[in-house]
This record gives sequence, C-alpha cells and structure tokens, in this order.
Amino acid sequence: MIHSRTIEILVGAFMAAGLVAFFFLAMQVSNLSASSNGEGYDVTARFDNIGSLKVRSPVTMAGVRIGRVSAIGFDRKTYEAVVTLRIDAQYNVIPEDSFAKIFTAGLLGEQYIGLDPGGSEKYLQGGSEISLTQSALVLEEIIGQFLFSKAEEGGKLE
Amino acid sequence: MLNVLAQLGRVGIGVLERLGRGHLLLLGILRGLPDLLPRPGLLVKQIYSVGVLSILIISVSGLFVGMVLGLQGYYILSQFGAEQTLGVMVAASLVRELGPVVAALLFAGRAGSALTAEIGLMKATEQLSGLEMMAVDPVRRVLTPRFFAGFISMPLLAALFSALGVVGGYFVGVGLLGVDDGAFWAQMQAKIDLHEDVFNGAIKSVVFGLVCTWIALFQGFDAVPTSEGVSRATTRTVVHSSLAVLGLDFILTALMFGD
Amino acid sequence: MVGSVDKQVPLVSIRGLRFSRGSRVIFDGVDIDIPRGKITAIMGPSGTGKTTLLKLIGGQLRPSAGTIHVDGQDIHRLGNRDLYRLRMRMGMLFQSGALLTDINVFENVAYPLREHTNLSPSMIRKLVLLKLEAVGLRGARDLMPSELSGGMARRVALARAMVLDPMMIMYDEPFTGQDPISMGVLVELIRALNDASRLSSIIVSHDVQETSAIADLIYVISNGKVIESGQPEAMINSESAWTRQFMQGLADGPVPFHYPAAELAEDLLGESC
Repeated sequence: MIHSRTIEILVGAFMAAGLVAFFFLAMQVSNLSASSNGEGYDVTARFDNIGSLKVRSPVTMAGVRIGRVSAIGFDRKTYEAVVTLRIDAQYNVIPEDSFAKIFTAGLLGEQYIGLDPGGSEKYLQGGSEISLTQSALVLEEIIGQFLFSKAEEGGKLE
Repeated sequence: MLNVLAQLGRVGIGVLERLGRGHLLLLGILRGLPDLLPRPGLLVKQIYSVGVLSILIISVSGLFVGMVLGLQGYYILSQFGAEQTLGVMVAASLVRELGPVVAALLFAGRAGSALTAEIGLMKATEQLSGLEMMAVDPVRRVLTPRFFAGFISMPLLAALFSALGVVGGYFVGVGLLGVDDGAFWAQMQAKIDLHEDVFNGAIKSVVFGLVCTWIALFQGFDAVPTSEGVSRATTRTVVHSSLAVLGLDFILTALMFGD
Repeated sequence: MVGSVDKQVPLVSIRGLRFSRGSRVIFDGVDIDIPRGKITAIMGPSGTGKTTLLKLIGGQLRPSAGTIHVDGQDIHRLGNRDLYRLRMRMGMLFQSGALLTDINVFENVAYPLREHTNLSPSMIRKLVLLKLEAVGLRGARDLMPSELSGGMARRVALARAMVLDPMMIMYDEPFTGQDPISMGVLVELIRALNDASRLSSIIVSHDVQETSAIADLIYVISNGKVIESGQPEAMINSESAWTRQFMQGLADGPVPFHYPAAELAEDLLGESC
C-alpha cells in the first residue's frame, strides 16, 4: 500500500505530463503560434480557373507565407472563381496593383497563391480586389497543348 | 430449422439484455457524479491505478511506434525524394490515428482488464453485496470514480503517446537518417492543423476512454461471481474494447475527416 | 419508529414468500416470524436458499410473490432512500466476511461511520477501537484483510456490522469452515453481542450443534417450505423423521443415502451382458 501522499504526487505528475504532451502537440507539432487566425484583412481576387486550390491554402509573397485562402466562391454571371484571401495584419503595405498567381509546390504538391508586388503607392486594404491574376496551370491542359504542337510539327515535317 | 431460429433468437435476446443492462449501469454511474465531486480523493486514487500505472507501457510503445514510423516513412518517402515531409507523415499518423487508437488498445489491455478483474473479484468475494448491505450504493461508490478516472486518463495517455511518438520519429529521422532538422519541424507545423488534427484526435481519445472504461466496468459488474467467470469477463473486456475502439475509430474518422 | 414501540410485533415477518431462479423454485410459500431481542436460526441442508432468504430480507433480491416486513415496513415497497435508511439499521455478516480488500482493518470498521455520519476523526477512532475490542481484535487494527485468518476476518466483519449499532444482525453461515477454537469464539460472541446490545439476530446455518447451542428459536426449511419450527430441544427430538435426521445428522432416513438408481444387483449383472 503506497502512501496516499505519494499517490497524489504521482497523479499530479501524470496529469502535468499529459497536459505538457498536449501543449507540445498544439504548439510544436501544429504550430498554434504561427496560425494567427483572427488578425488580418480580407481581399478578393478573381481567377478563370483555380485548379485544386483549397480553403486554408497558403498565400505567399517572395516565398514568405503572409496569409491564407479563407473562402472560395463562384460568380454565376462571369463564371469566375472568387477567392477571398485573409492577409495577416502585419503585412499592410502590399501595393494595390500586385499580381496574384496560382502556383504548384513541386510537381505534385498542393497549390498556393503567390503575390508579385506591383509599383503602386496605394496599398491593399480590407475589401480591396486584386485585379491582375493568373489562373492555375492545369497539368492536363499543358500536356494537351504540348502534344498538339508536337503533332503540328510532325505534320509540317512530312 | 426452427431450432436454429430459436437458437438465433435466444442469442439475440441475450445480446439485447446485456446491452440494456449496460446502459442502465452507465446511467447509474453518471448519476453518481454529484456524490463524487465533493470527494476528489476517491478520484485521485483511481486515476493513480488507471492512469499512472499505464504510463510506462504507453510511453514506451509511443516512443517505439514513432521510431518505426520514422524508419518506414523515410524508406517510402525517400523513393519520391520527399524525405523533408517525414515530420508531417509521422505527426499526422500519430495525432490522427495511432495515438488515440493504439493508446486505447493498450489502455484496454492494461487498465481495462485490471478494472474488470478488480470489480469481478469484489463481486465474487461479496464485497459489492457487503457495501449494499452497509447502505452504500456500490455503483456510485465503486464504479463512478473508476469511470471518471478512465475518462480523464485516456486523453492524457493518448497525448503522451503521440508526443513521445513524434519525439521518437524525430530521433530516427533527424538523428539517425539525416533528415534536415528545420524541414522536419517546419513541414510538420505547416501541415498539421490544431483543430483538424490535434483536437479531433483528442476527441477520439475521449470517446475511446469512455467506451473502454464503460465496457471494463460493465464486464466486471456483470461477471459470473466465480474465478472462472471473472477470468472470462476479463478476456471479454479486452476483446470487446478492442473491437469497439476499431469500429468507432472508423465511424469517427469518417465523420471528422471525410468531407 | 411506530414498530419499535410495540414489542409484540415481530421484527421481521415473512408471509407467503415465493422466489425462483430461472425455472428452479427456491421458496414456495414460506411464512417466518423473527421475534425481537432473540436469536433465530434458519436451518436446512445446503442449497435450500438460506443465503437467498437473507438477501430477500435485506432487499437485495425481489420475491416473485409474498411480502417481507422489517420493523413494520414492507421492504420491497420502499423507495431507494428509505431502503438505504433501513439498511443502516441492519447488519449483515457475509460468509467470507466481505471486507474491502484495499483498506486495513481499522478503515474497514470505520467505513460505515465515514459513509453515513459526520463524526469527528477522534470520535470515529474511539468507536472503532471499542468495537474492535469487543471482538478481541483491537491489536489487529493495522493489518490488511489478506493477512487475517478466516475466523479473524469474520470477527472484523462483525465489528463492522455492529459499528452503526443496528437493530438486527444477519449471520450467513457463520460457523462453516472454522476450526473448533474460532468456532467457539464466534458462538460466544454472537450470544454475548445479542444480549449486551439488545440486538435481534438471524443465523442461517447448517451446523446443528453450534446453532442449537445459542438459538432461541429454530426454523427448518427444505424444498422451499418451512418443515418445522420451535425451540432447539424440541426440534432435536422432533416427531418428524426428516427433522430428526437433519438435527441428529443421521446418514440414512427420509433423505436417502443412495442417489436414486436401479437395484445394485441389476446394475452389476447388467454390465456383463
């Protein structure tokens, strides 16, 4: 029979260890600190084709993550995808005429939005729209175009 | 032919009866909560025997499962030149699946069987009847603290398992196989989501803890009060808990991660 | 309590009790009156459901028909709260002692006090030590139940059953499996406690000698019915051949020595064919 005080101490240590493990998972593994969800402002951008872009996909500038995709909608009149970007509050000096492109991380990786800064003196703010966009590259289309041009070349040679 | 039908009917009725008794017992256990709150000492004692005594097996298994994940994951990922994402793979499989599930299976084997044996023996040695005749409700006094001890311990044990597993994967991946230290953590942090992965894993472990403890207590309380009956009940606890955990894991995964 | 005032009303009165387990009928119309302040023994061969009777009186089992009144209250009609209140005034000594195995002797005896009263620790200590003194085990207070012999465990359980000063104690086979010395100790204790504390006692047993030495009244049950009841001396020299066989422990009588079988000669000869 272990003394009840020892039991209390061991139980306390157990619960502390469990909580530490949980915080480790929250902070170190999932990086709670970096996913500053609340603070930021929304801007929209229209794309002809967003490929496999998803809500929560990263938004980067010069390779640095500055926000996330917070919503994806569809405009029924223009048949365009309307993507809402939540930019972290500290990045508040992004020129209004920046260029938004959808990139793919690696050959098979997920897609993300990259912003190329423009030269404007005015900056993006909540509710602005990015007008310069480039759609996602769809692999099938590229391959299709490649084969088509090859076939044309082959036709000329004969 | 009719005999077969009758046999089937008897089995079905028996199963339904057990299920009914199990749910009534759960109700009785939950009703005991108001009596438990003013006496945290009872709970502490049970957390010791349910949780603290399971730490060793949980942490050793967690560490080794993480190390194996590191080795296997590296082998497969390096074929695609994607060793950098080893951290994601180790952490995602641990936090989402292996942590809650394997910890629950070990919990059923270590703590669940011990609970069943303890309650079954208390029944066989008339201790439960004795309590009743002392005007003490054995469900509230004996089962309720054990139930909530399981409820509290299981998520903590699963978190320990996952955390140590990530550490094990880090040792193997970064320490042994030379994956880049920064990439390991950065990729992991970029891809593992607090809500989607960590919280859902925690919810799973809470559900598994409830179910395993409930099954263990019911089997003990419902055991035939002989040494043979108790040993059978102990076996049933491990089998039923394991099946329940795996089945529920599928359902929960489908609910949480299936869009 | 209304019932406690009237000394004439029996403490426990059982009327038309029927109880069966599955298809096996255990009691088939049993009437028993347990008087106050006396030791009443309920005797019968093994497997007649004597322990079941105690569980019925304690309200742990429900009869299929008939009533059991304890101290004027129909025990199977009480709500949970009243039933528990009544049980606090009933002590029960289980065959195995039923001590809680994870706490020591002192804590076992103190258990009902801690559960049901708000007495101060020093008061609890005094009461527990007094009860342990009464069963002669004050020196064993720090032992764990696993360190006790069977007889000692029963004495500790007796101290625990008495610690709330109940109106009655039920003994389930208190003498089985005891060596002569601890048997003698228990016989003495039961008699002394009954007389000193103005208890009523119910003993369920098949140990004829010890039981008839201390009982004031004996009921003999067999096959689900009360066969006979009366004072011990009258029972030993009973008119009924069955009661005589049971009380005197004869090998053959109405209960045959041989399990029903064909004639021996037939059986032996039959095999060679």
